[in-house]
Amino acid sequence: MDVLLSRKLRILADAAKYDASCASSGAPKRKAGRDGLGSTTGAGICHAYTPDGRCVSLLKILLTNYCLYDCAYCVNRRSSNVKRAKFSVEEVVTLTVEFYKRNYIEGLFLSSGIIKTPDHTMEEMLRVAKSLRQEHQFRGYIHLKTIPEASPWLIEQAGLWADRLSINLELPTADSLAALAPEKSGPSIRGAMAQMHERIVEAKEEKRRFSPAGQSTQVIVGADATTDADVLRTSASLYGAYKLKRVYYSAFSPIPDSSAILPLKPPPMQRENRLYQADWLLRYYGFGVEEIASGGEEGMLDLAVDPKLAWALKNRGQFPVDVNTGSREMLLRVPGLGARAVDRIVSARRHTNLRLADVARLTSSLKRARAFLTATDHHPRAQLDAAALRERLVEKPQQLSLFG
Amino acid sequence: MMADSALRHVVLSDGADLDGFRRAVRALASARVSPDAVVFMTGAAPDLFGDSFAADAPPVALPKGVGALIASVVCHRDPERYALLYRLVFRVLNGERALLEVPSDPLVHRLDLMARTIRRDLHKMHAFLRFRRVAGEEGERFVAWFEPDHFILEATAQFFIDRFRSLDWTILTPVGSMRWDRLSLVYGPPAAREDAPAGDRFEEGWRDYYESTFNPARVNPKAMRAEMPKKYWRNMPEAASITALIREAPGRMAGMIDREATMPAKRKPERALEAMWDQEPKTLAALNAVIAAAGPLVPGATQAVPGEGPVGAALAFVGEQPGDQEDLQGRPFVGPAGQLLSRALREAGIDREAAYLTNAVKHFKFEERGKRRIHAKPTAGEVKHYRPFLMKELALVRPRLVVALGATALLALSGKALPVTKVRGPLRLDDYDGYVTVHPSYLLRIPDEAEKRRAYAAFVDDLSRINAMVA
Ligand code: SF4
Repeated sequence: MDVLLSRKLRILADAAKYDASCASSGAPKRKAGRDGLGSTTGAGICHAYTPDGRCVSLLKILLTNYCLYDCAYCVNRRSSNVKRAKFSVEEVVTLTVEFYKRNYIEGLFLSSGIIKTPDHTMEEMLRVAKSLRQEHQFRGYIHLKTIPEASPWLIEQAGLWADRLSINLELPTADSLAALAPEKSGPSIRGAMAQMHERIVEAKEEKRRFSPAGQSTQVIVGADATTDADVLRTSASLYGAYKLKRVYYSAFSPIPDSSAILPLKPPPMQRENRLYQADWLLRYYGFGVEEIASGGEEGMLDLAVDPKLAWALKNRGQFPVDVNTGSREMLLRVPGLGARAVDRIVSARRHTNLRLADVARLTSSLKRARAFLTATDHHPRAQLDAAALRERLVEKPQQLSLFG
Repeated sequence: MMADSALRHVVLSDGADLDGFRRAVRALASARVSPDAVVFMTGAAPDLFGDSFAADAPPVALPKGVGALIASVVCHRDPERYALLYRLVFRVLNGERALLEVPSDPLVHRLDLMARTIRRDLHKMHAFLRFRRVAGEEGERFVAWFEPDHFILEATAQFFIDRFRSLDWTILTPVGSMRWDRLSLVYGPPAAREDAPAGDRFEEGWRDYYESTFNPARVNPKAMRAEMPKKYWRNMPEAASITALIREAPGRMAGMIDREATMPAKRKPERALEAMWDQEPKTLAALNAVIAAAGPLVPGATQAVPGEGPVGAALAFVGEQPGDQEDLQGRPFVGPAGQLLSRALREAGIDREAAYLTNAVKHFKFEERGKRRIHAKPTAGEVKHYRPFLMKELALVRPRLVVALGATALLALSGKALPVTKVRGPLRLDDYDGYVTVHPSYLLRIPDEAEKRRAYAAFVDDLSRINAMVA
């Protein structure tokens, strides 16, 4: 590959990596036509994992890391002294197509610093997506980062080419946004989210394509004083109002050439992990934000145990749940039982009486679950009452990151 | 035929012999042979050891899930796979039809685990296989070497065809190979790593990408290895970077934390920032250029049809969308409905040239009937797609009164679907004083002549009132 192009790729991939999302899921199933390239399978594929344990699914790059904005938490802010580069539209298209042909990637995740104007930047990004779809008959995945300050008609067009659109909320409160990202505004972010949501719903009804894999966002954790409970309240309101597919949480991590107004110490990586677990409980396990928050202290989640276990430990009176008769809703609240395990329990118990050995075959975390459930041959009353339960179930402190 | 208590020997081909197993199941099941009385073997010549089956055994009807489970588990390397599957089939056929709904059953549990292993193996092959390009006389070819754990080569074929239909590709594995030549798939013999090309000109760039997307602040090799075990690394070009990335991460991190925040080299670029916020199109011409560049939402139109008329016009008329004539000429209201509108405007005393005329939707949408292009009504979503253009257009023209001609214009202007007959007359439309009436094409479609005359007169009446409102 061309040396200059390699150098740009290094700069513009490095600049893009603070976006946590790399998902290639949710697109309708597509296949390549006779002259086309690419397919989507619905579930998404991780083509590699880097030593940070994260999935590499899409070619995640910025069109350019020149930026007129000055978001304090971002390596690309105009006041940072990092190396800058800019791809041409053709270069991004070539990289995407050539990487795709070699089965390195599922598609493209394109974002950009703001150059000239938000409209100009967004138009360039659209040219990339349009060229891939029209000139190369590209059927792989495209995720475009929408610029909320761009004119509304550009957002209308973005959804025609992209499988997923996203706008990063970045900071959960208006005050933090004003302090750390002076060029951004909460209302324009939410306005653009609302516009995309409306269009996604309409297109689905009219069987047209508009960002068929929905929209997502990202919130940075630990760059301001927002509590976990407030972060989760924000997520819940976004899921409710705009039916977001995902809210990503990104533990603020030290960046090269960081701004003086940011905390020097990153938050524990475990905090991000706990937020993801809590988010999961919100979306798939029927928990409310306040219930989840009640498992922790002063609005912060318990770092030592996962939020479901934390809630169960504070609500021991609701346990044990009988695997043979308990409701689906209550089984979902048993620590150690995932949604899949619960489905399997509900299916199996129609045909047989479940003993503990049976449950062991239905979940891989019986150790955590057993104190909270009863089976035909298992009644853990005493265990549940023991004060030592928490001690026993606390995860051994584990080095999640060298700097966590 | 032997007595049913005698031990049967079933010999199947190496690999995933789904057809052979199916044939065996038919014969065994129709003879109600107990699973304890069958021995499955693979690889040996059938006529030496195996029993031959009557080819006419009737197919057995199995629940759908069982068929899928069989298709998956036969790919497993476990020599016991066929025996376990036959045990499942036998139980399903003998009183336990819903057996798969009992995932706690030890046999079902074990088969589920095997199926999950196969799913993972398939998934990893889809994910971790890397093609290398070979330039040939007939264009480029792509060749990959991959080592799956199980007999899944054939099971992955459709995935690669669907994805790389227009490429000429070959996949080589130690247990077999396959080649797609853009039209058909041919299976071939086992291959060796040396049969694949040694490199590719994009691998270095890919490694650049892989290294750069890694965040040294979050190093977590255990999580990486759980998803991408070491056994895959030797066939993945990017894996060559892993060791160094892990080794250097702590140093890179310490560097970032220790370094003091630097002083920004650049001052605040006031002029650029001012220009940045001043991005809106300032003239109709600039806006029309943006509209033209956007292209039609529904493919087919010849061109975008912009509005027409002077900036500052007192009246703006908004129609539905360009028709056949408008699409060809690139001007609004020049077809039959436009001519009728011109006549009505004249009769109401409105100067068409002094008014601003435009459409809610900027491109012609149609269905082809023979040689004719028949107008097709835009959907609500399509109307809203164009709404930002329309609103910007009106903001530039700044009319004193906006006239919605018909339901589509009304939807575009108000954002809501309202019945024209109910709200006909003056109505606030978004930020504008407005007036709602019918679209002239509606008048053209009325079959009854007398009715048509009445409707036309009412339309002219509306226009006269409109004229009076801005007089
Ligand atoms: S707009 Fe803000 S977050 Fe985006 S690249 Fe520029 S400085 Fe970074």
